[in-house]
Amino acid sequence: MTLDVLYFAWLRERIGLGREVVETEAATVADLVAELRAREGRYDLAFADMGAVRVAVDQELTELTAPLAGVREVAFFPPMTGG
Amino acid sequence: MIRVAVQADDFDLAAEAAALERTGAGAVVTFTGIVRDVAGGLRWMEIEHYPAMTRSALEGIAAQAAERWSLTGATVIHRYGSLAPGARIMMVATASAHRRAAFEAADFLMDYLKSRAPFWKKEVREDGADWVAAKDDDEAALGRW
Repeated sequence: MTLDVLYFAWLRERIGLGREVVETEAATVADLVAELRAREGRYDLAFADMGAVRVAVDQELTELTAPLAGVREVAFFPPMTGG
Repeated sequence: MIRVAVQADDFDLAAEAAALERTGAGAVVTFTGIVRDVAGGLRWMEIEHYPAMTRSALEGIAAQAAERWSLTGATVIHRYGSLAPGARIMMVATASAHRRAAFEAADFLMDYLKSRAPFWKKEVREDGADWVAAKDDDEAALGRW
């Protein structure tokens, strides 16, 4: 499947891009993270502490265990600091 | 009447409050967040957001407030981009027949907006730049509701 993967704030800075298209057969968000980490050091570093990473699937906040079947967009970012 | 806006430009606080006064309210509460130079040397605050998600997240939070309290109106406006010290970052305003609902709904909106709306702040100082870390207190505050 083809996913749009987005990164925000320090994840965007560490990985060096804000958006990319990823071809993957990952079943869950966690599987996708494992695939990305195996790619290159900058991904491995960005995802080193998953306690500091939040995820949204198709613009809805969710958990790392969320399935990816039928999903179009996955976004990774640090805890939000609005207001 | 729920109004949500995500914009680079400043907003007119008085006009927003006046619009809520015309909803048949007996009470209007407004909260404004301002860029503050906490440690000294702040040049500006960079506010990043997730455009495809921000609006729907804010609308969802405002809809929850409208379900829980009897409101005649609610307004949430959040800015993004580079904001200088002293600039307005965001506002929340609530209108209701009575003050308690208006105060509580505004408090609820702020708590949720801090931890559940996809915004990230970066402080750009004279000696460097750092992302503002989320506070455990902000996450814990959601437990109040």
